[in-house]
Amino acid sequence: MTDYAVELCNVTKVFSSGRGAKSEDVYAVKEMNLGIPRGQFFTLLGPSGCGKTTTLRLIAGFETPSSGEIFIQGKPMSKIPPNVRPVNTVFQNYALFPHMNVASNVAFGLAIKRVPRDEQKRIVKEALELVQLADMGKRMPSQLSGGQQQRVALARALVNKPAVLLLDEPLGALDLKLRKAMQIELKHIQEQVGITFVYVTHDQEEALTMSDFIALMSDGLILQLGDPATLYKKPANKFVADFIGESNFIRGTVDSITRKGTKLRVLDELVTVDAMEVNLAKGQAATFTIRPEKMMLKTKQPVSTEALSGTVQEVIYIGTDTRYIVTLQSGESVVVRVQNGCSPDVEQFSKGDLVKVVWLPEDARLLTD
Amino acid sequence: MNKHKIFSPGSIYFLLMCVLLYLPILLLIIFSFNDSTRLVFPLKGFTLQWYGKLYENRELLKALGNSLMIGFGSSLIATILGTMGAIAIVRFKLPGRSVFLAVSALPLVIPYVIFGVSLLILFNEVGIRLSAFAAGLAHVIISIPYALLIISSRLVGFPDNLEEAAMDLGASYWGALLKVTIPICSPALLAAFLLCFTISFDEYAIASFIVGTDATLPVYLFSQLRFPTRLPMVVALAAVLMIVTMAVMLFTEWLRRVGQSPAKKG
Amino acid sequence: MENRRQFASLIGPPSLYLFLLFLLPVGLMFVYSFRAGITGPAHDVFTLDNYRSFLTNSHFHRLFWRSALISLTISVISSLLAYPLAYYLVFQAGRNRVTLMTLLIIPAWTSYLLRIFAWKLILGSSGLLNSLLLSLGVIEKASPMLIYSRSAVIVTLVYVWVPFVALPIFAALGRIDRNLLEAAADLGCKPWEAFLRVTLPLSLPGVAAGFFFAFIPTLGEFVTPLLVGGASGQMYGNLIQDQFMRALNWPMGSVMSLAMLVAVITLVFILTRLASVSDLGGVYE
Repeated sequence: MTDYAVELCNVTKVFSSGRGAKSEDVYAVKEMNLGIPRGQFFTLLGPSGCGKTTTLRLIAGFETPSSGEIFIQGKPMSKIPPNVRPVNTVFQNYALFPHMNVASNVAFGLAIKRVPRDEQKRIVKEALELVQLADMGKRMPSQLSGGQQQRVALARALVNKPAVLLLDEPLGALDLKLRKAMQIELKHIQEQVGITFVYVTHDQEEALTMSDFIALMSDGLILQLGDPATLYKKPANKFVADFIGESNFIRGTVDSITRKGTKLRVLDELVTVDAMEVNLAKGQAATFTIRPEKMMLKTKQPVSTEALSGTVQEVIYIGTDTRYIVTLQSGESVVVRVQNGCSPDVEQFSKGDLVKVVWLPEDARLLTD
Repeated sequence: MNKHKIFSPGSIYFLLMCVLLYLPILLLIIFSFNDSTRLVFPLKGFTLQWYGKLYENRELLKALGNSLMIGFGSSLIATILGTMGAIAIVRFKLPGRSVFLAVSALPLVIPYVIFGVSLLILFNEVGIRLSAFAAGLAHVIISIPYALLIISSRLVGFPDNLEEAAMDLGASYWGALLKVTIPICSPALLAAFLLCFTISFDEYAIASFIVGTDATLPVYLFSQLRFPTRLPMVVALAAVLMIVTMAVMLFTEWLRRVGQSPAKKG
Repeated sequence: MENRRQFASLIGPPSLYLFLLFLLPVGLMFVYSFRAGITGPAHDVFTLDNYRSFLTNSHFHRLFWRSALISLTISVISSLLAYPLAYYLVFQAGRNRVTLMTLLIIPAWTSYLLRIFAWKLILGSSGLLNSLLLSLGVIEKASPMLIYSRSAVIVTLVYVWVPFVALPIFAALGRIDRNLLEAAADLGCKPWEAFLRVTLPLSLPGVAAGFFFAFIPTLGEFVTPLLVGGASGQMYGNLIQDQFMRALNWPMGSVMSLAMLVAVITLVFILTRLASVSDLGGVYE
């Protein structure tokens, strides 16, 4: 027995596009190895075309892997068609059956399994209560709002008690407010039913809000796997740092490597960046990253901080924060986000001021490209 | 916005064309009640005798029977084949699709005389007796493109993953077609069936080559044109057929309208 | 793969049917076009004579070109009559346009044979038009010229085709973004200039679709000439019908049919280049 609800072993999916001589192989998923732990809210995150939806469809059985094997609850799935896999899907467009009312939609899977009528009724009632649509059973899908349709799709999948529930950008079609509310609700429902959720989204904020684990994908590869805090605080590479949240990237060359960290030269200034994992040689070019909210602007560099000098280029007031765009001496721009009105030692600057951009050494991370 | 004038040059032209389009049909209906064997103005008086004669005419009733039978059979087959074809071309983008589309659509433009003579050759060669049944086989070919068009335009109105959703919930592929795809297409299926039926019911050109001695209604009607004394009866028959097909087609159009605006978000 | 199996089982039966009762007969017709005869030993003699006599018989050619000219006349008149109809419906009829279009189409749904038959009654020598003209004193004795002539064929077939030609034009005009016309006006076009420079060019694919949609099937027309055409109204289709039903020269008839099929397929090919095929779909919408 493994602890994984779903396991992908060396899974590759190739689509061939075009015909004849012009035919071209597109790798949607490349040699993926992934274990999705039981009972967790697991998110496949990435930009469109990164292979996340293909991965989901491979798990659901709508696509067959070109090579590799998928295990669900430890059983190999290559010979198992989608209709007998212990998974259910909530589709992006919900895919509710337009000729059936809400109750019949929800009961569909139970009817296929020939669950007795009374039993069906009871389960459907419970499921509709769970998604807060208790009185909507008689409505047709076309009479529901987007959010309600989404709940029906969720109930329709959940009544089958799948080992894994697959959700393909289910909130994509909803407006921002509703989406935020549904994020919290989905998370609560997942905790309540305890089923493993595999959730696909391109929205990093959504992923951070809901997930226990996130796999960030790009070009068919998983770039980083971890819990939301790890992905945010310790991005493995530049793509991750850029994709999740906002990041500043500063280039320099390696000046010296000591036990305390790596000293980088950025034009005439030296900064120390904590870097254990990255192997670099002296004189090599390197990039480090710092989140805008981890930087501050000062006229003088305080002790035990790192700093670079620059000129304020732009001051943008956005309510809770003020964003400063600062041009460093090297010519690169960085964004500094300062929270308004709480801390007394926040200094105010205006366009053209010469400043020190300062941060704590542990907030900077050296990256590979 | 322009105000819509009732009498603009455009509307007068439109009205004129409408009158011209309906006039021949109207004349047929009027003369079917005229108490004279000659179709000339002024009208002589009102009679229902021509309709009565229709009812007594055994040859005609037999032709009607033939037409109903091959109409029913050919449109049933065309609807079934059209449904299969429509699902295949709408849901799968696989090689073979465009060839199928081209071949199945050709009967829309190929003159029917070509179908008539080539099927005459085929039936002669393989030894199928020229009959109403043979005409029914031919009518399937000219009906398929219409069935395909109606059903596939209904099908594209729905999300293309409804079958996947049904399979995800435990149905087999064929179960998904039966439980989801066919039911959501049902208005289109009925519309396709009725349209194919009227196509077959009216069809003369192909049938004239291959019905042999089993006259269908159009073939019978055509044969009666040679006898001037039977003209009023033919007119009465024509009037009945006109009204029935118009009613059937109006119903079909209504079905198609219902079918064309499915809830896209569902 | 699963997908391919499902696709094949769905598309298989209709494909098989189309093959057996459409492609196979056409293939057989091709074989027949080389036969010396259809009965006795001549059935098994293969020859190019049919093609030779087809190519040298000037009567066939005359009839072929006459048919083409009749079809052309019908299609041109139908397009000219249909364009203003479609234009009125799209740009002036407002919200009722679809209902009004349906109104135009309803008579076209009724039996084709019966509509031609109705015209026979109207145009016949003892027919309605003659008797009307007589009673009004426009003519002195019934004119047989009205029926059994080329113009009778043309009038009847224009009547049959106008609604069908109007449909794709209606669809093409309906797709024109009103903003384009406003933009044209904004850039200084007078209404008729906007029509010539914007509306007309954008609707031409629809016109082409309608034009060919009338032209191609009328090319093979034989029922209408039979009913209202008389000797001077005979078309190529009648010639084919004669070869099969009266002269019983099937091989010759096959050659003629194939010649028409080639012409039709060429025209269809041109049509798919010129017209947007989706406008053809408009014929059934």
